[in-house]
Amino acid sequence: MSIRLIMLRLRSVTFTKVLLYVMLTGLAVFMALPLVFIFNQAFKPLQELFLFPPTFLVREPTLNSFDQLFNSASQQYVPFTRYLFNSVLVTTLTITGVIAVSAMAAYAFAKQRFPFKAFMMSLIMISLMFAPETVGIPRYLIISGLGINDTYFALVLPFLASPVSVFLLIQFMGQIPGELIEAAKLDGASEFGIFYRVVLPLTTPAVATISIITFQGVWTDIEGSTLFIHVETMKTLAYYMTTLVSAIANNVAGQNVAAAAGLLLFLPTFVIFLAFQRKVNETMVHSGMK
Amino acid sequence: MMPIRRIVNGMRELAYACWHSRVSYLFVAPFMLAFLIFIIIPVFMAAGLSFTNYDGFRFPSFIGFQNYISLITQDQVFLKYALPNTLKFAVLVGPGGYILTFLFAWLIYQLPKKWRDLYTLAFYAPSLAGGIALSVVWTTAFSGDRVGYVNNFLLKMGLIDLPVTWLQDPRYLLNIMILVTLWTSFNVGFLAMMGGLATVNSELYEAGRIDGIRNRLQEIYYITIPSMKPQMLFSAVMSIVTTLRAGSISTQLTGLPITPQYSGHLIINHVDDYAMIRYEFGYASAVSVVLLVMSYLLMRFFYRLLSTKEEAN
Repeated sequence: MSIRLIMLRLRSVTFTKVLLYVMLTGLAVFMALPLVFIFNQAFKPLQELFLFPPTFLVREPTLNSFDQLFNSASQQYVPFTRYLFNSVLVTTLTITGVIAVSAMAAYAFAKQRFPFKAFMMSLIMISLMFAPETVGIPRYLIISGLGINDTYFALVLPFLASPVSVFLLIQFMGQIPGELIEAAKLDGASEFGIFYRVVLPLTTPAVATISIITFQGVWTDIEGSTLFIHVETMKTLAYYMTTLVSAIANNVAGQNVAAAAGLLLFLPTFVIFLAFQRKVNETMVHSGMK
Repeated sequence: MMPIRRIVNGMRELAYACWHSRVSYLFVAPFMLAFLIFIIIPVFMAAGLSFTNYDGFRFPSFIGFQNYISLITQDQVFLKYALPNTLKFAVLVGPGGYILTFLFAWLIYQLPKKWRDLYTLAFYAPSLAGGIALSVVWTTAFSGDRVGYVNNFLLKMGLIDLPVTWLQDPRYLLNIMILVTLWTSFNVGFLAMMGGLATVNSELYEAGRIDGIRNRLQEIYYITIPSMKPQMLFSAVMSIVTTLRAGSISTQLTGLPITPQYSGHLIINHVDDYAMIRYEFGYASAVSVVLLVMSYLLMRFFYRLLSTKEEAN
């Protein structure tokens, strides 16, 4: 009797498990559809775009669209590679800057006491919900007031103010034991020495996480290029991508090239996230707001 | 004389404390500077400009609450389209996306550990790609002729008889925007939820079973959610931000700054309209202040709901 009961329970458990797997796999595939589509579209030769009925998967993959993309130029004759170069440069500078600036601030907030600390931290907490798009006009005025429009500074500096990065770092550094820092102090390490040699190495998961978040933000940002940059040669890949997409609104022929650009926008973020996923998981455990 | 002396002494002590922690200030200085210049000052400037008439050339002239008064009494586009559209969009994308995020995070967490990362990746990937990269997918998929993928699919299933111009038809645009944004709503907040689920002490579940918790729903309500409130709060804030920023999707989908018959017009597009097209910066600032205040109140609401601090309740 009891054996039958166990068997029955086992069967019902496996049934819900199977159902869970089937449902989640279905949903995951559904969610990933746009990316599969981009991937296939980017490798389609021109004639496959005009097939009827339209095909989802590519039949004879070619690299033509990438070839075309790399040899293409905007209406102002700025070559594609220039946009790519701008994006790579701006993204590298921004990530380095955000890590340095946020980690230093987070260290002080997490491990030191000083007047007005609570006030500053509450400002940071409120601005977690800040979306730069809402204050485009004042930002534009400030950028031109500083005289840095049409320079790379205009694309990099606004990103250095990243409350989310600071917040995640504070949370992560919070769990580094204070004794460790005291011990380093007794050994005669300077404050900066402690930060650089003791705290920062222990914070790598959080640093990896904010790098991904920042990378994603900068790499796909169009606000900077639209608002602060008027010289075509200083604009970024994501901006160029929007011009490609608006060009295919009434034109099938450019779809594969636009998809190729989309793929180039997506792949780097994807690869980096894949490499750091474990570290992101570790960081997100500490992402709670109290 | 005594209070004055006390204040002076207090100031002196404060100055001493500040000087004593000068190293700490050096640490926070670069960030706080950027924070001040690119977040705090812009917000206050927006607030200030919202009381002026400013066209970008002449010096702003003070007009009091005139912008706000016109906004709520005369701006038909705002009242008839931007506000209702935004409410519909925000309710479905914000709470809707938030609930979906929690639901899927929870479901994925029921899987064995080795599979979780893979599924998390599949759900997170669209938001990782970002709206710009995906815009090519949506424009192709929802293209208005019968070659468009959605049209082709629906025609084949017999659900429609004629191809629909999805992105140009005012009846569908807003819904497509919502659908597309939901696709990318599994963002950082989703990862935070996964992190939060990992923090729940599994002994609590055992204890709960002894205390008479009968099913999974009760378990979620009485144990899971209370245990991961901090991460849920972070996630809520992140979903407010994404909802707030998502307005540019209408421009990406249609290729037009103003959508057909204002069908996809959100408050953030209204700001862009007055700022970038009409150069009425004062008025645009007033609209963006309204948007900021709305999202701030929303955040306070979530704090009330999910904060684990005593004084916030």
